[in-house]
Amino acid sequence: MNVNPAPVIAFAPELDCASVIGDSPICYHCGEICRDGALLSHHKSFCCAGCVAVFELLTENGLDQFYSFEAGAGVKITAAAEAAAFKYLDDPVVRRQLVDFAGERVTRVTFRVPAVHCIACVWLLENLFQLKPGIGHSRVNFPRKEVFISFENARVKLSEVAQLLAALGYEPELNLADTAERPRNPVSRRLWLQLGVAGFAFGNIMLMSISSYLGLDAFSGPGLRKLFGWMSLALALPALVYSGADYWRAAWLACRRRAFSIDVPIAAGLAALAGWSAGDVVTGRGPGYCDSLSGLLFFLLCGRMFQQKTYDRLAFDRDYKSFFPLSILRQNGRNQERIPLSQLRVGDRLVIRNGELIPADARLVSGPAMIDYSFVTGESEPARKSAGDHIYAGGRQTGGAITVETVKEVSQSYLTSLWNRETPAREKKASLDTLTNRYSRRFTLLVLAVAAGAALFWSWRDASRALPAFVSVLIVACPCALALAAPFALGTAQRLLARRQIFLKNPSVVEALARVDTVVFDKTGTLTASGAGVAAFWGQPLAEEEMSCIRSLAQHSTHPCAARIAESIEGEHLARPVRSFSETAGCGMEGLVDGRDIWIGSAAWLESRHLAAPSPPGTTGSLAHVAINGKYRGCYTLTHALRPRAGDVLRQLSAHYELALLSGDNERERERFAALFGPSGQLHFNQSPLHKLEFIRQLQAPGRKVMMVGDGLNDAGALQQSEVGVAVVESMGAFSPASDVIMPASMVPRLHEVLRFAKSSVRVVQISLLISTLYNIAGLSIAARGLLSPVVCAILMPLSSVSVVAFACGLTARLAGRMDSNTIPQGKAIP
Amino acid sequence: MIVIYLLIPLGIVTAAIFLAGFIWAVRSGQYEDTCTPALRPLIEDNPKNHKKANE
Repeated sequence: MNVNPAPVIAFAPELDCASVIGDSPICYHCGEICRDGALLSHHKSFCCAGCVAVFELLTENGLDQFYSFEAGAGVKITAAAEAAAFKYLDDPVVRRQLVDFAGERVTRVTFRVPAVHCIACVWLLENLFQLKPGIGHSRVNFPRKEVFISFENARVKLSEVAQLLAALGYEPELNLADTAERPRNPVSRRLWLQLGVAGFAFGNIMLMSISSYLGLDAFSGPGLRKLFGWMSLALALPALVYSGADYWRAAWLACRRRAFSIDVPIAAGLAALAGWSAGDVVTGRGPGYCDSLSGLLFFLLCGRMFQQKTYDRLAFDRDYKSFFPLSILRQNGRNQERIPLSQLRVGDRLVIRNGELIPADARLVSGPAMIDYSFVTGESEPARKSAGDHIYAGGRQTGGAITVETVKEVSQSYLTSLWNRETPAREKKASLDTLTNRYSRRFTLLVLAVAAGAALFWSWRDASRALPAFVSVLIVACPCALALAAPFALGTAQRLLARRQIFLKNPSVVEALARVDTVVFDKTGTLTASGAGVAAFWGQPLAEEEMSCIRSLAQHSTHPCAARIAESIEGEHLARPVRSFSETAGCGMEGLVDGRDIWIGSAAWLESRHLAAPSPPGTTGSLAHVAINGKYRGCYTLTHALRPRAGDVLRQLSAHYELALLSGDNERERERFAALFGPSGQLHFNQSPLHKLEFIRQLQAPGRKVMMVGDGLNDAGALQQSEVGVAVVESMGAFSPASDVIMPASMVPRLHEVLRFAKSSVRVVQISLLISTLYNIAGLSIAARGLLSPVVCAILMPLSSVSVVAFACGLTARLAGRMDSNTIPQGKAIP
Repeated sequence: MIVIYLLIPLGIVTAAIFLAGFIWAVRSGQYEDTCTPALRPLIEDNPKNHKKANE
């Protein structure tokens, strides 16, 4: 073994030249520019004490190899994790809900770690055992961004593991949904096994059947043929029982509900094949149809596998639980303690800090609160609350820490009860009414009629051929090609859309998309970019100096309006010192900049200081008035910027679909959207989450198929109620409410193409169904005469399946290609 | 042709061994994450770490 010491580059005496950009050095740990001056340690520069701490921890434990993978691979430590922050994880109830396995000696747990982003992260997290004795094996699942850790109970506590991860910058994401039951054994594992067993049976049976196809068994005598028959049957049996288990169960359920889904003729075909083969082999009549039987199962399971495509990074079924924290800071007399949310009782006093969420309906006890409900109601402005006011769960505090007293349980709060009510309706919607199932209802009855007819006909003409004819019809009608057409066509469509950043929950969403006739949009965050607003000044023109002063003042506030005003003042401006700055939340701010007394605030606030603040004519959006040295100068109007090409997509859609707008915001921008939505578009403002949900229900009552496009939790109810819920996200992996489709905001302008593509994909399925029906008719005409031999069956079945699959996939891929070629010239035309 | 009575079971047994291997692979979760294992070979072994791990 080569045991040369590794070159110790990490301790080179001079500062690494590559780690300096311009004047500011680059942090050796996280790779960000050190804005507030660099901290030096071991001749390296760091941006903050947190990064230094991680660097020292790693080098002390001989893990400095971390930095050789990629320069600045670390995660910036944004907030120093408090030692007590994870204490609540050791609470027996919470602990039991979180861990995967809790043994006497060893515990295994899986944490979601969104910060994992590169190979160095994988390496570091899989070397945790070197940092803390007692941690055993750890393994990273990169696409899921999960780390699986096992540790010894005697030496490490669960809270310490989480604490260590947080200290390294990989704070585990813990939310209320983690305490809910998670499916232990994923379905896909079972499907792989079923596929493996079916493939094993199919391959080996084929090997033995080839000789009989070619007529070679005539030379080998009856002994071998008998052996092959018995062996085929033995191989087909596990495939039939284990691999086919889901079809038996589904067919049984469908029969009991009198809903003839596609599983019924499949199960009938399988049973007919198996029964007839067993009879053939036992009586020595012939080789049986075991080859077709196992092949059929194998192809069907391949189709299922293709349909199973999931996108690990995305969660389509998030409810409020994924949004709520797992723990909360409770005020207990003079002390503060972190408790699991499940232990929260009515009447508890909670401390909510800047950016934290209010987990249950509560009453404000102390502190002026600015509650940002944008995610809940869609209102873009934070609401001001004073002591004694009622605060709904789901709001986020912006500003200083506040104390609240809970008045309702978490699960009884206004928003959470809204979701709780909706979940069962959602389950029912889940794809029983697919194209294939509707088609197969008629198909099943037809097959049974033909089988019975053939049996009756032969029992009258030649009784010995009645049973074979009946069985052959069932065998040949087994709709393998039919069952494969939709999964492959829609599965291909799902994959092709995913390549264009549009992720569908499952292939059947394509069908739902094709049925849509009404499109409902949310405003903020969907048609307009959330947060990003345009600030334009109206009034007496400001001098360059004055603008610079306003900018410096505005930069002192964290209010979104102030940030937009600061952004709107372009050019190089030195930050000027601001003296006697004060901000009245929800009203305005003032400060002395370069000897100018500047006030920026609402009209009411200025009027309370005896200054008239006129509104400019015909404005939309919110206003921020400016006064300098006690003289009114004008106001900034803040409008939400429409997303690029949002107007185009609305125009395109309005030709074929009913359009509607639902906004939680006020009516200020009604005229602007009335122009965009056209005369038939319905516009509704000031909509609460419940209003949105009701509106969708009303649309659905006369049978409309509604697609809801939204972005926040305020749309969550509507997204669930609609036939297709589309969640728009700023970046992939960002939070999105439960939905059927997740797409980035940049794809919203292509919505009409997506809908058109879905429609043509469904047409592909219809054509595929037609083709497979033709195959079935050809097969039936042979079978009804009682002439079906194993060879014909073994050729017809795979031929029909493969050709239908190839047709469905190929045509869908071509359609997707056409979708792109349609848009590229358009994209070029608009600079 | 008598040899075929030996060869056929032998073939089936061989295939069954592969099936058992496949079942083991699925059970041990190898089909759940097909991305991260591809990254691991890119990580160079640091002899210093190795020594520590074996201690």
